[in-house]
Amino acid sequence: MKTGLFADIHANREALEACLRHAEANQVDDHIFLGDLVGYGADPSWVIDTVMQYHARGAGVILGNHDAAVLSKPELTMVEDARQAIDWTRPRLTDDNMKFLSGLPLSIEKKDRLFVHSSAFKPADWSYVADVHSARKCFGATFSRFIYCGHLHQPLLYHQGSTGKVVQFTPVAGVDIPLGMYRRWLAVIGAVGQPRDSNPAACYAVHDSGKNILTYYRVGYDVTAAARKVRESGLPVWLGDRLERGV
Amino acid sequence: MTESELGKGSLLGGFKLEERIHAGGMATIWRVVRQWDTMPMAMKIPRLKDGDDSSFIVCFEVEQMIMPRLSGRHVPKFIASGDFSMQPFLVMEHLPGKSLDVLMREAPLSPQEIAVIGAKVARALHDIHRQHVIHLDLTPDNILFRKSGEAVLIDFGLSRHEQLPDLMAEEFSLPMGTAPYISPEQVLGIRSDFRSDIFSLGVILYRLTTGEFPFDDPKSMAGLKRRLYLAPVPPRVLNKKCPNWLQEIILKCLEVDSDKRYDSGAQLALALENPCQVILTSRSELDKSDSLWTEFKRWIRYSRSGPSQLRSVARHLDTAPIIMAAVDISPGAEALSDAIRHVVKRIYHGERNARITCVTVRKTRLVGIDLGLDEAGKNLYVQYLTALKQWAQPMELPADRVSFHVLESPDAAMALINYAKSNHAEHIVIGARGSSMLRRFLGSVSSHVVAEAPCSVTVVRLHDTGDSGVTSDGYSGHG
Repeated sequence: MKTGLFADIHANREALEACLRHAEANQVDDHIFLGDLVGYGADPSWVIDTVMQYHARGAGVILGNHDAAVLSKPELTMVEDARQAIDWTRPRLTDDNMKFLSGLPLSIEKKDRLFVHSSAFKPADWSYVADVHSARKCFGATFSRFIYCGHLHQPLLYHQGSTGKVVQFTPVAGVDIPLGMYRRWLAVIGAVGQPRDSNPAACYAVHDSGKNILTYYRVGYDVTAAARKVRESGLPVWLGDRLERGV
Repeated sequence: MTESELGKGSLLGGFKLEERIHAGGMATIWRVVRQWDTMPMAMKIPRLKDGDDSSFIVCFEVEQMIMPRLSGRHVPKFIASGDFSMQPFLVMEHLPGKSLDVLMREAPLSPQEIAVIGAKVARALHDIHRQHVIHLDLTPDNILFRKSGEAVLIDFGLSRHEQLPDLMAEEFSLPMGTAPYISPEQVLGIRSDFRSDIFSLGVILYRLTTGEFPFDDPKSMAGLKRRLYLAPVPPRVLNKKCPNWLQEIILKCLEVDSDKRYDSGAQLALALENPCQVILTSRSELDKSDSLWTEFKRWIRYSRSGPSQLRSVARHLDTAPIIMAAVDISPGAEALSDAIRHVVKRIYHGERNARITCVTVRKTRLVGIDLGLDEAGKNLYVQYLTALKQWAQPMELPADRVSFHVLESPDAAMALINYAKSNHAEHIVIGARGSSMLRRFLGSVSSHVVAEAPCSVTVVRLHDTGDSGVTSDGYSGHG
């Protein structure tokens, strides 16, 4: 089975459409959405509606910190742009959208795989997996052999062998990575809707469970249109600019 | 079935074990056969026992990960691999020849023999580097030769694929490699510099030349680190017959700072194959070991700085291409050869680490005897070489960035194509003369080169109006 992994869509319709199309061409037959469906982008309701359709067909969907902020109130640590985007988003969601978000879990466990938005260590604290130290903490919080998360907006892969040492690797788009049986893997999937590694192309990944191979992809999409919609919608202008620069 | 239960006639993964050809500490190797398959095959089976060092397993995993991604004449062909959930194994093409280690016992060899062997290994390295793989354990044991002569690299258990996670990095804190051959940066735990392999080849060349190791065979970390600040005894001190060009090449490979080594295996091979064009520096003159004072200064420098920053293999090779300028130096072609020079110069200025090989073809007779002399009895080869150097002179290229080659063949296009293939040229610049009925009928040299070249080709044409303006139509194609 090929599982498509989509994280941090952030209400970016153009990016999500491009990734879903790419995944379909890739014969992906299972979808997991790793949280932060909304926040920052101009199409929150469309994105939730679309993800709801996939959910109805069996896709897994995880709650992200921006989704949680829409439901209650933004975290104190949230930056000003993000807070403004949450306040802008809330009135634009339907009752069905809100109901759907409120039913999302913090993590999903399937056999030896764990899906979570941020670190598996206290998921509700929304801490980043951004270095070997935080990755070790994340590994230590679960027995799952494969952990998939988002939140960082940049693709990374960690592995931990028998000695317990954690090693970080920056994946290369389109290159199949065999996930060896003798170690544990923690895949930080880059962002669909707001990449921050200086590459504006949308990011998602595919895990082929038959061959046990993980592949990260970068998908070009109409960034200009997405950025223009952000600027024209009354959201902070910077949120449009950063899409074009991938920061 | 465990490894110890396997024996002659056992079946594993559809392969029948025929003969055990090697029994090492880490793995056994069997000659195997498969129905309907005539290729000679070897199966590597790791020895996995409880309490074993996990490095055994990781080495095998690394090799299983990397081998299927390598192709070409310089590696054994990958055939199949078996999962760790059952009995793990790896099946590859079996190369029956002897390793370079056997030849090593006859060291010192002649400079000519060393250059031929070194160039073969350098080309093999270039080939795996282009495929994003750094060997990191290049030793004479791990180099075999095909009957056709090409070097084949084996044992990728310590290797690094720069587009895949480095499984080795999670297991060990000590440097990994074979002590006499390991590069200074590997001693420091850096496993991402492809020029580590150039260093190891330097050690092999040193040993072939002198019969000795340049940095001994240390057994301790302190001993390994000595190569970071101690220069080896110059090869000419140990073998008076070592020519200065060979000493220059060897010591350049053994530079502590990898930036000072050859930029690619292909550039090293080119140097070994063209000794008279090796630029001699003070390295070639060294005739005694460093004084204690020099050693001390180097030690201070090493303890303050450490090795230079590293670059990605493929990205680096992209910036250190071999650009081949194919020039017709016969009378009447001056305007076109001027135009080619113009384009080559432009390319060179955009590629700081490029190396320009200027090539011309002296067409020899297909039938009859070709004496290689003109009517006055002068050597034609030398005349062509001189003319080629004159052609390149206005570009004012640094001497260590340019080389000159006169090919002698009845078929100019095939000679150029073969040269580009065997020298890993990244880009050919060639001129095309105006069209004529005869050329359309016979096909031109440039169109033949474009059709069959192993790399990108830029075809340079003169404008129809006859002025000297250049149309570089960037005719790029991968054949």
